[in-house]
Amino acid sequence: MDPKLGAIEPGQTCPICGNSIRACPGHFGHIELALPVVNVLFVKNIYELLRATCNKCGRIKIAPQDAERYIRYLKRLKDRYPYLARRFSEYVKKQAIKASKCPHCGAEQPKIKLEKPTTFVEYYEERKAMIRLNPLIIRSRLERIPNEDLEILGYDSKDSRPEWMVFTVLPVPPTSIRPSILIETGIRSEDDLTHKLVDIIRTNERLREHIVSGAPQIIIDDLWELLQYHVTTYLDNEVPGLPPAKHRSGRPLKTLVQRLKGKEGRFRGNLSGKRVDYSARTVISPDPYLSINEVGIPIDVAKTLTVPERVTDLNIDELRRHILNGPEKWPGANYIVTQDGRRIDLRYVKDRKSIAESLAPGYIVERHLKDGDIVIFNRQPSLHRMSMMGHVVKVLPGRTFRLHLAVCPPYNADFDGDEMNLHVPQTEEARAEARYLLKVQYNILTPRYGGIIIGGIQDYISGAYMLTIKSTLLTREEVMELLASSGIVKEPLEPAILSPKRLWIGKQIVSMFLPEDFDYQGRANISSGPLKCEDIECFWDSFVLVRKGKLLLGVIDKKIIGAEQQESLLYWLAKEYGIEFTTKFIDHIFRMFIKILEKRGFTLKLDDVAIDMATKSNMYSLLNESFKRVEELVQKYVEGTLEVVPGRSLEESLEIKILEVLAEARDRAGEEAVSNLNPFNHAFIMARTGARGNVLNLTQMAATLGQMTVRGERIWRGYMGRTLPHFKKNDLGPIARGFVVNSFFNGLSVTEMFMHAAGGREGLVDTAVRTSQSGYMQRRLINALQDLYVEYDYTVRDSTGSIIQFIYGEDGADPSKTPYTTIINVDRIVGKVIGWGR
Amino acid sequence: MVSKKKSSSIDVKILEHELVPKHVIVDIDEGIKILKQYGIKPEQLPWLRASDPVARAIGAKPGDIVKIVRKSPTGGEVIVYRYVVPG
Repeated sequence: MDPKLGAIEPGQTCPICGNSIRACPGHFGHIELALPVVNVLFVKNIYELLRATCNKCGRIKIAPQDAERYIRYLKRLKDRYPYLARRFSEYVKKQAIKASKCPHCGAEQPKIKLEKPTTFVEYYEERKAMIRLNPLIIRSRLERIPNEDLEILGYDSKDSRPEWMVFTVLPVPPTSIRPSILIETGIRSEDDLTHKLVDIIRTNERLREHIVSGAPQIIIDDLWELLQYHVTTYLDNEVPGLPPAKHRSGRPLKTLVQRLKGKEGRFRGNLSGKRVDYSARTVISPDPYLSINEVGIPIDVAKTLTVPERVTDLNIDELRRHILNGPEKWPGANYIVTQDGRRIDLRYVKDRKSIAESLAPGYIVERHLKDGDIVIFNRQPSLHRMSMMGHVVKVLPGRTFRLHLAVCPPYNADFDGDEMNLHVPQTEEARAEARYLLKVQYNILTPRYGGIIIGGIQDYISGAYMLTIKSTLLTREEVMELLASSGIVKEPLEPAILSPKRLWIGKQIVSMFLPEDFDYQGRANISSGPLKCEDIECFWDSFVLVRKGKLLLGVIDKKIIGAEQQESLLYWLAKEYGIEFTTKFIDHIFRMFIKILEKRGFTLKLDDVAIDMATKSNMYSLLNESFKRVEELVQKYVEGTLEVVPGRSLEESLEIKILEVLAEARDRAGEEAVSNLNPFNHAFIMARTGARGNVLNLTQMAATLGQMTVRGERIWRGYMGRTLPHFKKNDLGPIARGFVVNSFFNGLSVTEMFMHAAGGREGLVDTAVRTSQSGYMQRRLINALQDLYVEYDYTVRDSTGSIIQFIYGEDGADPSKTPYTTIINVDRIVGKVIGWGR
Repeated sequence: MVSKKKSSSIDVKILEHELVPKHVIVDIDEGIKILKQYGIKPEQLPWLRASDPVARAIGAKPGDIVKIVRKSPTGGEVIVYRYVVPG
């Protein structure tokens, strides 16, 4: 390697700049090419310039008087609308390309074709002759284009003359850009770029020798083309139409364009996003005994991640204790930075006692992570700002990050093996920002629609329901146990039932957690179908009423304390009593909801979805009825008397009608089965309260799976005229086209199982396709919108100060601070002031 | 000539459609006032092409500022401005 390319070895002094390896930036060399070569990255520009200009005189193929006009117009546009100027240039270019005769010298213009990737061919129609343009000709033509004409075409002749798009001299980047790697065995392994440069130099030398010795033109042309290939792949090794240059092992070389392009390229991989220190990643698991803004951290992680803490008179004793513990024992310290900037690694300190003694204010101790520190917790994909929240550290035994279940919805996390990342802010500013802007409680309300995003899920909802239903009566012992589990020390209210035994109802216990002047009313999730209630006169207890902090009516379920619900009780608590109160509320009351389930036992068993014989026969008669109707439809179709749905063919109409009939059949069968379930059946409770599952899931477990579809159609592909050999050809009946009569409880027949798998596969493919598509769409949206901001006058501007919206969102409202779809909720204010009307 | 007349009659009709908000060409003094209010150059307003059907219907020429009064479900009546550009 030429030492003039820059210092690469430690201790070496650069002969060019005189710096050592640390300061020498590296210096370019060059290769003088024996013959010029086209730069692939500019073929598009060369192509359009060749076509837009005369091949004889080099002028743009626009009449002189027009050209003058265009220049004046373009200059005006450039000042005021640069974007329109570019479009105008494109337009002029198109005009010039169209001209088949030069308006300046009158020369007939041949058609020029680009033969990908780098060869240009001239085609004379009248003579039927093809001439290959070599880079020398191309370069000389580009040289002929005058500066004024370039300006019309949108090029800046000061900074980029078009002939520069054909190489005569190739720059050689310094070695610091393409370092060679020394392997243990002492063998040098060169960088891909170096390999490519070697290829270029070798062919270049051979070409030069042949030219000097006067070799035949064919040989020179061959070598010239080879040189072109090497230079092309040196720039971009993924040019379409060229075999990529390969390493000896067969691996394609990573050349200049490949270094920059794509997700792992320089821009997206190293500049927009980097690898960071002070971070950790491991599996997550739940811990309902944490606060929602805490995160459980394994001791091993806490011993590796550090927080720099400046020594003051106030913390010196504590930091001394950390130093005495050293790097191995938690809570200890890993490094000390002295006032003169020296770093002491505590792993190699023999006598920690004397180091601790010498500690003085002004030193910085990099101590282990400990309880109360703030960290940023993240789960990918980071789709919204709640994907990164500040959590308070709680160091725990074990090897996983622990988090509260209520923060699963914002992260979209579950515990089937999910991993999450953790970052430790290293400066006071960063810590303050994390603590006062990013903590979980500041993200309870989502900025997307202003609703609550942290709230009850799954068992929390089942538990809340079980606690607040009318049949839950609790003795004093039970009440105390519940309150203890929630961490509240309070004397219970007067019991609801005094005799024969003092018994409390669940609603009273919930009331103990509500603020004393809190009012709320709303429909619970169970308020649907036969249990629907619109106001407080509710037999089913499905209308929730809170007055003066007392839960008077209704059961608590998903609509009341669930995550991602609008206008819920939790939402108004957060609005009116603040996020700190809501955090405490969630921390305490949710533990009690879990406790009641632990006491009562709550599970889903096979019997929950079993239905009795009478219901079963009812169900089957319903299905048979529908099957008959399908048969009738098919009969009508065969006879040709079937009514045609507008805009559809006869076959499509039949399919639509059959699908309608069968969907109705499944719904009615499901209704029949579900209405016969015990209302205290746990599976049913979960579906009704919104804790998990829905009525359709229950239907599929208890009654029938219903019609399987692929692309919204009944399943019909497979053999000729049938899906499986078990059926007759051209059987249009329900069973042959994927209607599954059995339920999961019954078990599926062989053919049913096949149909179910076909429908299930489509679901899997859909989710895979959807995530990648929506991910890319989101990326493009973010890139388009990232620099927009709201100015003090409420206009939305881009980075140049141009106006995008005159008032943010047409109403200037921050969605995270307004109730759903309105700026203020008038009903609630009126209700609070003059009493609730309804 | 006939076709031109025909197209212009359609141009006027579009203004009567319920989904087309009210467009008014702003006079020079008011235009200057608006630009001053937002502290911007005319090009920094959102653009309206002179070839846009509404611009043709109200006869807006490049360089004009058009005021649009729009109804919004949350914001009541919203006033926005467009700068007419060639094209």
